Amino acid sequence: MSFHTTPSQTVGPFLSIGLPWPEGEFAVPPDSPGAIRIAMTVSDGAGEPVPDAMIETWQADPEPSETSGFRGFARSGFEAGDGNYEVVTLKPGAVPMPDGRMQAPHVDVSVFARGMLNRCVTRIYFADEDEANASDPVLASVPADRRETLLAQPTDDGYRFDIRLQGPGETVFFAI
Amino acid sequence: MTTEYVREDADPPLDYPPYRSTALRHPKEPLVYLPHTVTEITGPQLGPARVRGELDSDLTRQHEGEPIGERMTVTGRVLDTEGRPLRGTLVEIWQANSAGRYRHRSDRWPAPLDPNFSGAGRAVTDDDGRYSFTTIKPGPYPWGNHHNAWRPAHIHFSLMGQAFAQRLVTQMYFPGDPLFPFDPIFNSVRDPKARERMIAAFTMDGTQPNWATGYEFDICLRGPEATPFEEAH
Ligand SMILES: [Fe+2]
Repeated sequence: MSFHTTPSQTVGPFLSIGLPWPEGEFAVPPDSPGAIRIAMTVSDGAGEPVPDAMIETWQADPEPSETSGFRGFARSGFEAGDGNYEVVTLKPGAVPMPDGRMQAPHVDVSVFARGMLNRCVTRIYFADEDEANASDPVLASVPADRRETLLAQPTDDGYRFDIRLQGPGETVFFAI
Repeated sequence: MTTEYVREDADPPLDYPPYRSTALRHPKEPLVYLPHTVTEITGPQLGPARVRGELDSDLTRQHEGEPIGERMTVTGRVLDTEGRPLRGTLVEIWQANSAGRYRHRSDRWPAPLDPNFSGAGRAVTDDDGRYSFTTIKPGPYPWGNHHNAWRPAHIHFSLMGQAFAQRLVTQMYFPGDPLFPFDPIFNSVRDPKARERMIAAFTMDGTQPNWATGYEFDICLRGPEATPFEEAH
């Protein structure tokens, strides 16, 4: 390693000047076959909604071997201002660990906000993937009583994944 | 063997009491180690598609008239920790105007808005990893963190990199800012050498005669390193 990284700084309160994309929250158009809506509420250590965050998601294609042109990325936030965020995407396929063991379907999530000097990284797993989740090596590395915070629960048109930055039911965040 | 990105820790702590808003917005449970799997070593390749034209990187030409302030060029290379250029990567910036005011509904302090300045820019790095913006120098501005708190002048930078593990949001500062010693956000980076990596350099080379001053700001993202996957961590 010959160079050192530039440190992270907070996005601050004015991120909506520079970061919104008109179709940011849509990794796929909402009428696409298989589109799911993942609804999220971000709350802080007092249990209050965090109205000025940005959520980014990144994930595998539904069929990893297929080159479908799927963007795989979504960015949600900015002007709603009520602590609710959502992305519209496709359910990811299973991908391997570096050692070849299979991981359960998951979505990587970055949370950015004023008051956060660095992003917080978590993962969305799907509560209706019991079997795959049971053998996922990353989930297995999370204390059993906290795994629940990584499971998105099915809803009528997708899933709900609430993010608690601090306090009771605190979401598991990862060192990346 | 597999690919892991370096886990250098120049980043500020999430819990940093001098920056008051961190109090309720940092996890108290320990972070769980995440191996860099295919999800983390890949990332969205969205650079060129996000930039609509050259006006995106010239913040002085986005309106009918010209913004007030010191016109300047901000350029630099996006590299990884091995010194390799990151090509085709998206660089997004946002900033206050020359009076230190943001065009944002929750920025209400009594400094003037500039009708000719929005303060947002986008660029994609070239084959050398270089990006370039033309803009005006932002002013310092007050904030509510503590009595008489002022932010040193800065430009917000967002970089996608080429992998989820490389994603970075930071701020670029200007050399010799007298507000450095008083700013908890700047000083949240505990290593003074790491703080210096957030400060642009004034360069005579980047200065255009009779037109614009020049600043150089290189940005270094984590690079991949080959490690045996059995390696203890
Ligand atoms: Fe700022």
